[in-house]
Amino acid sequence: MSDTPKLRIRDLKKSFGAKVVLNGIDLDIGAGESVVVIGGSGTGKSVLLKCIIGLMEPDSGTIEIDGENVVGLPRSEREAYMRKFGMLFQGGALFDSLPVWENVAFGLMASKQVDRADARKVAIDKLAQVGLSEDVAALSPSELSGGMQKRVSLARAIATDPEIIFFDEPTTGLDPIMADVINDLIVKCTRELGATGLSITHDMASARKIADRMAMLYQGKIIWAGPVSEIDSSGNDYVDQFIHGRAEGPIQMAVRRG
Amino acid sequence: MNPLAAIGRGFLTLLATTGRIGLFASAAIGHCVRPPFYPRLILRQFIEIGYYSLPVVGMTTLFSGMVLALQSYTGFARFSAEGAVATVVVLSMTRELAPVLAGLMVAGRVGAAMAAEIGTMRVTEQIDALTTLSTNPFKYLIAPRVIAATISLPILVLIGDIIGVFGGYVVGVYKLDFNAANYISSTIQYLERMDVISGLVKAAVFGFLIALMGCYHGYNSRGGAQGVGAATTNAVVTASIMILVANYVITEMFFAD
Repeated sequence: MSDTPKLRIRDLKKSFGAKVVLNGIDLDIGAGESVVVIGGSGTGKSVLLKCIIGLMEPDSGTIEIDGENVVGLPRSEREAYMRKFGMLFQGGALFDSLPVWENVAFGLMASKQVDRADARKVAIDKLAQVGLSEDVAALSPSELSGGMQKRVSLARAIATDPEIIFFDEPTTGLDPIMADVINDLIVKCTRELGATGLSITHDMASARKIADRMAMLYQGKIIWAGPVSEIDSSGNDYVDQFIHGRAEGPIQMAVRRG
Repeated sequence: MNPLAAIGRGFLTLLATTGRIGLFASAAIGHCVRPPFYPRLILRQFIEIGYYSLPVVGMTTLFSGMVLALQSYTGFARFSAEGAVATVVVLSMTRELAPVLAGLMVAGRVGAAMAAEIGTMRVTEQIDALTTLSTNPFKYLIAPRVIAATISLPILVLIGDIIGVFGGYVVGVYKLDFNAANYISSTIQYLERMDVISGLVKAAVFGFLIALMGCYHGYNSRGGAQGVGAATTNAVVTASIMILVANYVITEMFFAD
C-alpha cells in the first residue's frame, strides 16, 4: 500500500430523518487493493457506496480520492471524479432502450468523445474480456439471462478503464456457478486494469474470493477491518455470527431498509 | 386527528410540491438550452411524441369538427343562422378544441409512457447508472422529451386544425347540403391570424406541461412497480388539469380586451 490511500474516508455520517444510517465511517483503501464491505441487509452498505460515488451527499465527514476531499464539491467538479469510477450495479442497470454494445460503450461515447465505430470496437473487446462473443453485441439487454446481463454490466463498468471500480452485491440473484464465474471475472478484470476495487456484499463466498481486505459494517460503523486471512480468527462475535450465518448472536437484523 | 392540522398539512404539501415542480422545470429548461445536446434522442422523441400521435389527434379532431358542424347547425337553425356554421367550426377548432383535445389525448398517450419509462429507469437504477457514466440524466432523458413535446404539439395541432375543419366541411357539404365553395369561403372569411396563432401557442405550452409532468413524476418515482404505477397516473392527471387551467389563462391573455 502506498502512503496516500486511493480512497480515504473519515467520520462519514448520513441520516434520513431520525434514522442514522452511517454513523462515522472510517475506511482506507490503498491503490490496487480490493476491499469488500460485508454486512447484513439494511446496515447502510448501499448508502455508503452511493455517498462515495456521489449519487448521495453525506451529512458530514470527508471522502478523499487521491488525497483530495470530494465532499461538498460542486456537481461539475464532482463529475470529473466520476470519470475515474466504474460501477457494477446490483440489478445490472443496463439501458434497455440500447443494444448491448451501446450499453458497454456508453461511458466512452459520453465522456471521451470516441466516435461510434471506434466505441463499438472497444465494446466488443470488453465483451470478449468478460467471455461474451460478438454475436451478443447487437442483442437487446432484455434478451439476455441474468448472468449474461451481469457480464455485460461488468464490461460496461470496465469499458472506460476506471481507476476505482465499485461492485454493488455482484452475485445477488445468480446461481452458485454463475456467481463464481462473475467473481473470477471481477478478480481478473480489476487485476488487468490495476484498478482499486470496493465491493459490498453479504455473500461470504464471493467476499472471500474478491477481497484482499474485508471490513464489516454494523449499525452505521465499521466494527472490524482486516485481511481476508484473519476473518476467521477475528475474535469479534459480530463478525463470527455473520460469516457463519447464524441466526443466534449479538446482531439484530434491521427491519427498515437503509 | 385535528382536522385543522390535516388541512394545514395538505396545504403545506401542496406548496412544497409546487416548489419542487418549479425547481424541476427551471432545471429542465436550463438543460434544454445548454449543450451538450443529443440530436439522436431528440429525433427519437419527435417520432415517439409527434409522429405516433398523428392517428389519435387526427381521429379526435376529425370527429370533433364533424359533430361541431352538426350541433351548431341544429342550434343555429332555430334562429335562422345556419350560415354561421363554417365560421363557428373553424374558430372553435383553431382557438379551443384542437389544442385542448390534442393536449389531453397526447397527455394520456405520451405523458403516461414517459412517466412509466423514466420511473422504471429510476427503480432499476438506470438513472444512477447514467450519472456514473458521466451523463447528466436531465440532459439525456428530460431535455430531449421537453424539446420534442414543446415543438411537436403545435405541429400536431396545426394538422388537427386542418383535419377538424375538413370534418366540418364533410358534414356541412354532404349531409347539410351547403354549397362547397360558399362553405370554404365563409371558413376563411372571418378567420384571423391570431385565432390560429393563439391555438399554436397553447399547444406549445401544453406540450411543455405534458413532458414536464411525465418526466417529473417518473424521475421522482419510488418503490418498485407500485411507485411507477402511481407516477403514471399522477403524470396524466396533473398534466390534464394543468392543460385545462393553462388553457383558460392563455385565452384570457390573448383575448382579454
